[in-house]
Amino acid sequence: MIDHNLSSVGLTRTEPAPAPRHEPEAPENTPTNPTGTWGRFALICVPYVWLLLFFLIPFVIVAMVSLDEVTVAVPPYLPVIEWGRGVAGLWEAVQHWSLSNYVRLVEEALYWQAYLSSLRIAFLSTLLTVLVGFPIAYGMARAPRSWQPILVMMVILPFWTSFLIRAYAWIGILRTDGLLNQALLSVGLINEPLFLLNTSGAVYVGIIYTYLPFMVLPLYSALERLDTTLTEAAEDLGCPPWKTFWYVTVPLAKPGLIAGCLLVFIPVMGEFIIPDLLGGSSTQMIGQTLWVEFFSHRDWPIASAITIVLLAVLIIPILLFQRHETRRSEEET
Amino acid sequence: MKKPLGPVRRAFSPWDNPSEQPFIEFCNVTKRFGRVVAVDDLSLKIYEREFHALLGGSGCGKTTLIRMLAGFEVPSEGQIYLQGQDLSGVPPYKRPMNMMFQSYALFPHMSVTKNIAFGLEMDGLPSREIKDRVYDMLALVRLEGFAKRRPHQLTDGQRQRVALARSLAKRPKVLLLDEPLAALEKKLREETQLELINLQEQLKITFLIVTHDQEEAMTVADRISLMHMGKIMQNATPGEIYEQPNSRFVAEFLGDINVLDGQISKKQDDEVQLYSSVLGDHLDVHYPTPAEVGDHAALAIRPEKMRISLDKPEQTDINAIRGEVWDIAYMGDVSIYHVKVAETETLRAIVANTTRLVQRPITWEDQVWLSWDSDAGVILLA
Repeated sequence: MIDHNLSSVGLTRTEPAPAPRHEPEAPENTPTNPTGTWGRFALICVPYVWLLLFFLIPFVIVAMVSLDEVTVAVPPYLPVIEWGRGVAGLWEAVQHWSLSNYVRLVEEALYWQAYLSSLRIAFLSTLLTVLVGFPIAYGMARAPRSWQPILVMMVILPFWTSFLIRAYAWIGILRTDGLLNQALLSVGLINEPLFLLNTSGAVYVGIIYTYLPFMVLPLYSALERLDTTLTEAAEDLGCPPWKTFWYVTVPLAKPGLIAGCLLVFIPVMGEFIIPDLLGGSSTQMIGQTLWVEFFSHRDWPIASAITIVLLAVLIIPILLFQRHETRRSEEET
Repeated sequence: MKKPLGPVRRAFSPWDNPSEQPFIEFCNVTKRFGRVVAVDDLSLKIYEREFHALLGGSGCGKTTLIRMLAGFEVPSEGQIYLQGQDLSGVPPYKRPMNMMFQSYALFPHMSVTKNIAFGLEMDGLPSREIKDRVYDMLALVRLEGFAKRRPHQLTDGQRQRVALARSLAKRPKVLLLDEPLAALEKKLREETQLELINLQEQLKITFLIVTHDQEEAMTVADRISLMHMGKIMQNATPGEIYEQPNSRFVAEFLGDINVLDGQISKKQDDEVQLYSSVLGDHLDVHYPTPAEVGDHAALAIRPEKMRISLDKPEQTDINAIRGEVWDIAYMGDVSIYHVKVAETETLRAIVANTTRLVQRPITWEDQVWLSWDSDAGVILLA
């Protein structure tokens, strides 16, 4: 029963005394606590030590080798820094450094053409994976909820097989007497087998096939979060579906699109297995050049210079992406 | 500042005029999703400048109905007409109506200005005019200072107003409101309801609102269609639907009501007598009904039309029954007395707390009289 007696409802009510304020207890591990400081420092150090050991030091070694001169010895470059002699040894080495390898990269067409070819292939492949991947990701995101985990699984499934085996499988498909030609011949679409393997087309097929999941997955995760009432709202405001796609769906999928493009562009730029197996002599990508210089010619200095330039080329899109991201987060705060 | 709209709104009743052409007309519309029938052979006429509310619980088909009008769903059967023109085959982006979505559906990647301008840009209006109209809309919803903000930088109430401005910017012939105020807290919601009414008067646009909140429907609408299981149970003005419900479902959906089952024992024109076996008493009702003597029927009386007293009322031309106060719910503005009038029957009477209750004459377990006028109740057949 509800008490309706006013005296007990309102008149006798007193304000509760303000609760005594709790003194904030001194939390452990504040910077004033010396063990806490060291603990935090040690914890923060781990990733930095990791980066130092496995990224920065190797990078510096590669950068130094790129300034050296090739020789037939072990190791195959000159000068070798004599650390035993301390600063004097380092100074002697520095005096022998030159940019001649970098000059070679610019002067010899073999190298800069390989860069350009890699850039072109990476750019075109990224574009093609977007064109192929976007409809796939969109279809996945719009599929019934219960299907979506299965569809994601199907995108990931190829990773369960070795990449090399999958690349070799494409040789089996694209060969002159391969599966594709046999199928086309038996259907009667062609009379002569097509020359597919060892063409740039085969390289694109291989790259798109391999890198499609890296485009589809980030796009899917962006599109899957997209509220369908937004597209309805656009249509309601007089926007036909194809325009809605361009004005609403694509801008909202942009983070996924950019992530996917980077995940495809960067590794394709340095790709060398696919052009080697499927492209034969028809394509020369910088990754292959690097391989040849390093292992066949044992020219470590020029291989190092190629690496440094490749890194510089790849840093540009990453920086552009980071700038876009920081601007976005600035807008949101 | 603003004139009260009461007199204007009372005078507005195109649905009573048989020669008036409906602005929107649903003709035997059915919508099936698989085996589920969401809207079942429904017909409804909505008139120009009407503020019409589709009221009902979840799953009653009200949202499906409004989505069919907007063009997001295609009716399985039947036609929808706007100004006499069949809308079937007309895609959503070509329908001269705009919807305000429950989630507001503001484009997160666009500023407030861009959101409001979106529909105008789609129509290819000159940028000068777009700018003016966006400014007018911002002024209308009082958001002039927020033009450059993104939706996530606004409060719920501000987002709601941007959504409203965006859906009005194209000056649609019909504004569709899908639970537009559901996300707002109570006070803001009540304010916004009155704003919606004023806006509708000002813009002279036909409004169709979907809501599950009966108070909201009663507040804003000229007429309410109460929906249940894909059908319209009653379509009437708020006053009619509350005071003259056509069925037990409608009576019980809107507000609180006492329902007494019985049998018609006497009938002369509109003067009916209902025998309630639970009470063992004949009750007088003044209500037009097609029921005949012997028919089963129910008497429904709103608790606020019940009087409660310790002594037997002196009037003889009213219904009065004895009971015992079983429970009292003190609500502040009113108190609800639960009075046990029979072993299996408890009726409720609402009494406004007009005094500050220094002393309350009626309390638990008191023997009391419940009385009501013969024209206070309605006869329900279904």
